[in-house]
Amino acid sequence: MSIKKSYAEINEKIRAGKAVVLTAEEVVRLSAELSAEEIAERVDVVTTATFGPMCSSGAFINFGHSKPGIRMEEITLNGVPVYGGIAAVDAYIGATGEHPENKNYGGAHLIEELIQGKDLLLLAKGKGTDCYPRRQVTAIINRSNVNEMTMFNPRNAYQNYPAAINSSKETKYTYMGTLLPEFGNINYSTSGELSPLLKDPDLRTIGIGTRIFLGGAQGYVAFQGTQFCTGKAKNEHGIPVGNSATLALVGDMKKMNPKYIKAAVYEKYGVSLFVGIGVPIPILDADIARAVSKSCSEIETTICDYGKSDRPELCRVTYGQLMSGSVEINGKKIKTAPLSSLYTAREIAAELKKEIASGNFLISEPVELFAPNNSLKPLNILGD
Amino acid sequence: MKKKYYLYFPLATINEPLTYQLVKEYNVKVNILKAKISPESGGELLVELEATQKNLSAALLYLAELQVRVEPAEKKIVLDKAKCINCGACTGVCFTDALYLDRDSWELQYNAEKCVACGMCINACPLRLFNFNEL
Repeated sequence: MSIKKSYAEINEKIRAGKAVVLTAEEVVRLSAELSAEEIAERVDVVTTATFGPMCSSGAFINFGHSKPGIRMEEITLNGVPVYGGIAAVDAYIGATGEHPENKNYGGAHLIEELIQGKDLLLLAKGKGTDCYPRRQVTAIINRSNVNEMTMFNPRNAYQNYPAAINSSKETKYTYMGTLLPEFGNINYSTSGELSPLLKDPDLRTIGIGTRIFLGGAQGYVAFQGTQFCTGKAKNEHGIPVGNSATLALVGDMKKMNPKYIKAAVYEKYGVSLFVGIGVPIPILDADIARAVSKSCSEIETTICDYGKSDRPELCRVTYGQLMSGSVEINGKKIKTAPLSSLYTAREIAAELKKEIASGNFLISEPVELFAPNNSLKPLNILGD
Repeated sequence: MKKKYYLYFPLATINEPLTYQLVKEYNVKVNILKAKISPESGGELLVELEATQKNLSAALLYLAELQVRVEPAEKKIVLDKAKCINCGACTGVCFTDALYLDRDSWELQYNAEKCVACGMCINACPLRLFNFNEL
């Protein structure tokens, strides 16, 4: 008889401190000895994690009202412009926003420093209205004196992403790192068999409302991420081989740990943010157990050529090959390097496992699941 | 003995078959680690020279006579390991494999012996944790 478990049953075990929780790497190893049915019987939750650069990240912040009040319209924090087109004292810090004079400092650094508890200099201007007469404010803001600082990341946790190579004669400086000329190196970004959406490829348990680990705090899946594209090709194991599903994530930055949110600068590209994400996958049945047990040698991605403007696909490789340190293309051994930290992803998966096993982190059934077979539209531009 | 040197040579010496002479006349094993020639500042070579003490001294004298400025390459790269997140982005541009990821722990390792101080890691590190330490 095939096993079926409910979210409520699993949470009952978590509350009682009796849930069996493994990291995704541990379940891959266990699958060498046990069948999917046996894993579904014995394991309740599998933790997945990733810690990579995710440009589409940011934070809403509410500064509080001065007396008399100001309708903040132009806002900078430590000289970095932040978005002020929302109400009087709300703002959105986009991770990739840059300081006009110092391109190596931007929104991601503001977010990291807020989480670290550092002081930031707020300068804001408004035109002055009857209800908000003040036209200018200067203030020192930090984690404890703002009302809210809520991380809201429109697109995180990409379900797979192409690896990057450069066939041209010049070094390419990209969001996929430094790509040396003439197929000099390959950069990839994944936590492989630990990566959240690769372990639930059909998104059966991850949807709106899923409670997750976000930057060291409990956060939630708010919605499908932008550029959500579930219509991509899958390999024989049912795992997408290109960039497909994404997640919009939300969490309370006041509760986050600076270790799991780090500002990054990519040479001649710009600022980005490393986001630490952990997603628990409840083992409801054998199919879910089978999917979480897929190893790096069964998960594939495509290598795309960033030396050409349309980034053509060169070939398909497994993450096992990419993680070995080199890949052979056309008889040439090419060095590979990751952009995302597997070391830290493992720490997150272990921490989430500990939280669940100790009863501090309950799993949640999605309020709604995401649509399959979604596709993307290009931007049609007017002239050139 | 084996030592790394930066050789800076003026434009006038660019036509001199410098490495050939080092090999042939002074029996020095030359490993070119980095080469740069520009019309403004002449040439810059980062080389590893391997020879007996006597031959190496003679070779360095030969270079000095040619107006080549010789500086021992004691520049080293230092990493602020406490802040490193072990992403591995630096390893892709480190052609001597001085920087590499341990494939079990996935922790960044730095073998200073292999470092030729090319500086590629400085800008490849998204957290900007590498610097030159001029000894």
